[in-house]
Amino acid sequence: MSQIHVTTTVNGDEVEFLCDPRETMLDVLRDRLGLTGAKEGCGTGDCGACSVTLDGRLVCSCLMLGAEAEGREIGTVEGIATDEDLHPLQKKFIEYAALQCGICTPGILVATKNLLEKNPDPTETEVRYWLAGNLCRCTGYDKIIRAVMDTAAEMRGAS
Amino acid sequence: MAFDETKTEGFKVVGTRPNRPDGIDKVTGRARFGADATAPGMLHGVIVRSPHAHARILKIDTSEAEAMKGVHAVVTRADFATGLTGENWNILENVMAGETALYDGHAVVAIAATSSLAARDAAKAIVVDYEVLPHVTDVDKAMAEGAPVIREGAADKSVPAGLHPNVVRYHESGHGDVETGFAEADLVIEDSFRTEATHQGYIEPHACLAQLGNDGRGEIWCCTQGHWNVQKVCAALLGIETSKLRVTASEIGGGFGGKTAVFIEPVALALSLKANRPVKIVMTRSECFRATGPTSSTSMDVKIGMKKDGTITAAKGVFRLQGGAFPGAPMEFTAMCAFAPYNLANVSQIGFDVMSNRPKQAAYRAPGSPMAAFAVESVIDELCEQLGLDRIETRLKNASKEGTKASFGPTWDRIGLVECLEAAKAHPHYTAPLKPGQGRGISCGFWFNHGGETAVQMALSEDGTVQLSVGTPDIGGSRASMAQMAAEELGIPYENVRTTIADTATLGYNEISHGSRVTYASGLATIEAARDTIRKLCKRAAAKWGIDEEAVSWVDGCAVPSGPNAGDFDPLPIARIAKSMGRTGGPIVGHYEATPEGAGVSFATHIVDAEVDPETGSTRVVRYTVVQDAGKAIHPTYVEGQYQGGAAQGIGWALNEEYIYGADGRLQNAGFLDYRIPVASDLPMIDTVIVEVPNPGHPYGVRGVGETSICPPLAAIANAVSAAAGVRLHELPMSPPRILAALEKQAAG
Amino acid sequence: MYKPLVKVHLWSGLRSLADGAEAVEVRAATIGQMLDALVAAHPGLADAVEAGVSVSVDGKIYAQNLTEPVAEDSEVYLLQRIKGG
Repeated sequence: MSQIHVTTTVNGDEVEFLCDPRETMLDVLRDRLGLTGAKEGCGTGDCGACSVTLDGRLVCSCLMLGAEAEGREIGTVEGIATDEDLHPLQKKFIEYAALQCGICTPGILVATKNLLEKNPDPTETEVRYWLAGNLCRCTGYDKIIRAVMDTAAEMRGAS
Repeated sequence: MAFDETKTEGFKVVGTRPNRPDGIDKVTGRARFGADATAPGMLHGVIVRSPHAHARILKIDTSEAEAMKGVHAVVTRADFATGLTGENWNILENVMAGETALYDGHAVVAIAATSSLAARDAAKAIVVDYEVLPHVTDVDKAMAEGAPVIREGAADKSVPAGLHPNVVRYHESGHGDVETGFAEADLVIEDSFRTEATHQGYIEPHACLAQLGNDGRGEIWCCTQGHWNVQKVCAALLGIETSKLRVTASEIGGGFGGKTAVFIEPVALALSLKANRPVKIVMTRSECFRATGPTSSTSMDVKIGMKKDGTITAAKGVFRLQGGAFPGAPMEFTAMCAFAPYNLANVSQIGFDVMSNRPKQAAYRAPGSPMAAFAVESVIDELCEQLGLDRIETRLKNASKEGTKASFGPTWDRIGLVECLEAAKAHPHYTAPLKPGQGRGISCGFWFNHGGETAVQMALSEDGTVQLSVGTPDIGGSRASMAQMAAEELGIPYENVRTTIADTATLGYNEISHGSRVTYASGLATIEAARDTIRKLCKRAAAKWGIDEEAVSWVDGCAVPSGPNAGDFDPLPIARIAKSMGRTGGPIVGHYEATPEGAGVSFATHIVDAEVDPETGSTRVVRYTVVQDAGKAIHPTYVEGQYQGGAAQGIGWALNEEYIYGADGRLQNAGFLDYRIPVASDLPMIDTVIVEVPNPGHPYGVRGVGETSICPPLAAIANAVSAAAGVRLHELPMSPPRILAALEKQAAG
Repeated sequence: MYKPLVKVHLWSGLRSLADGAEAVEVRAATIGQMLDALVAAHPGLADAVEAGVSVSVDGKIYAQNLTEPVAEDSEVYLLQRIKGG
């Protein structure tokens, strides 16, 4: 089957790739672009481990085709930290031990960063419902929610 | 202090909450998990699985598939070792079916191609002819007369005569005379309970990258709880020498017992050998559900007698566990854990290991124990209810403690159940007011914990920092606790210890990360390796000063002269000794290899408030408190994390999660949409209380903490539901349809 | 070497393999010798011992170590092999 040529932007960098029409964005990120931060936990959009942003909107990259990235902007976990420093969310996740195994962490960080950009002052319930599409099997979510709430408070204080 | 005492105070690093060393890797996407590795020339493997619950494999036609573009290898059972016996045979039979497919999802043939799309396309072109056989997936039906026999002659000698051939192992233990005990009771309650199989539900599917050359040398990269076990099992299944395989454990995206088993690694090796190229296999989520080990489903009868003052006079339990198409359901643990929290004069427990047409069960966090607690603690709650007794006082009255006789025989050493119950009683949660429609439940839970073969190495760098190599994969922050224990012993900063999970070629055999053993056993070995390092450091100082080794002691990261005749020398810091070690005798490396046997058991008490919606039958957990004995919490935040994670998995088991089989024996909910694990919006915050009753078998008093936390939730929630809605559920999960049915039955009188 | 007489308690499922005895007395100085002596006295126990047992000595559970000493007054129970998740 002939491959499709795609030009897109990932974490601010323009990239080009060839992909099979059936390949998902997640396959492309992991297998063609070497960005293995996004994880495949289910391949059916149920677990959120592959969460990325598409033109600023949170999506499951396993439910999007690679070819659909043409001309769009993709954001992945690899783009969350700046060159010099971790994002406040990343620091708080480490400080709060909001990860145990760490497999869901990339997706949860992409999702929560997206939440805080839209809503800098979420309630606990809002955080819980926003993250309801990101499964974590290790933590029981307690420390994740606390880390997100504290990050939000800190970022509000700083701005 | 002497090295042979348990240190219980004066800690500098242990008990603090430093950032985990691998934190940045894991928040930036840099950490490399099972599916994140590639190799030059790598192929992708796909496994074709049986769509039938039980079927004879008549013919496998791969000709069309093999002719397809990009296909390089096909393997079937014929490509694996022959003549295996015992558990190795069971594992091989599960990894690749022989003559018969034994469950929906059983591997039948595998194919490797240049891309995963090419491999999937080729897999669809493989034609397997089956003769469908009668099947059974229910535990009670599988041991009933007339049930299809999964495998003749699978039973061991423990099974009494006259039972169905699907009953393959039997356990019986206890003491006293239960009939006499029941006669002494003022109230006897006997009830039957059932729990469905649940899956560990790790978010990372099994993944591996394997290479095996025709010289028999190979390498495996995989997500596993135990890479030495992968090495051993793969060598046996491929018929090669163990040392020819080198296995590296990737970062592991959750295991909970499910990654103690071997599934895809031998298949990838066999494909690699045929193709002479590296092969990567990554399971889909559906494959994880259908073909990796869930826990057992159970059918249980529990009978307990109690006096009006709350004294338990006798207890009896019969526990039937279905463990899939192979022996191994952990019914002996169900039996031995069932009444472990209580000091009983008369107790009897019986267990049955039953085969059925389901995937081979695998360990899941305190295997066998949570189901037992569900049945036993539900009956105790009902006795308290009917006799008007306080739930915690009654449990305290009967609680196991040091010197009492365990339900499975021995006399207890130092244990912390009473301390847990007292802490639960004192917790504000226990007496907090409830809103209308809410109910409160409590439950105790017990798990044995384990030590196991362990090897650790500690290499000193020239700048005085330390490279610690352990062999137990880090599933939940154990690199941090290892570094803390090393830093504590050496008297150096936590940041100066780098913990690495070594591969199988680097250390001696390390048992799987299971049985809550990592912080206990690898921790103990780390402490001993540090002490070995200190002895070597002191020797160098003694040589430099020209005094006896015995006249040197180690204080705060420095060698110091000690004793009356040691002489007067300035303390020699670790970095100074390290800097010159090449010229004073060579590299300094401490190590420790042993099978530590002092893993202290662990008890917990959970308190839960639940709310039942009478319209929908939906149950919501509104408040949750975990109280558990950790012996000594090395990194309290990660101990809390284990408590919270176990509670959350227990909540899922209690309320939502279940394997649903159709009449055709096929799994109907092999995905996270239909097999619903708790999501963030389902749960409240989970409060924790760390009780510390030191384990005499560990230098700092550590007890394993990983597993016990999943034991109490099933019963605690059932008891809360009973208090909230007035209905007692005898079957898990307590899903909305079951709650509604119970409410309707109650309304009908 | 002197081997003390040790009383070993069997879980009830094992008793039928040991002529119905609740406990068996054997001469042994270590767990390993004790298991060997048990099998020698009651060959029916061989499969169960081979499959793996844990041994509780004075309340401490040994899953593997055959060299652990046992004494005349030790409280010894055979348990099924402890594993975990």
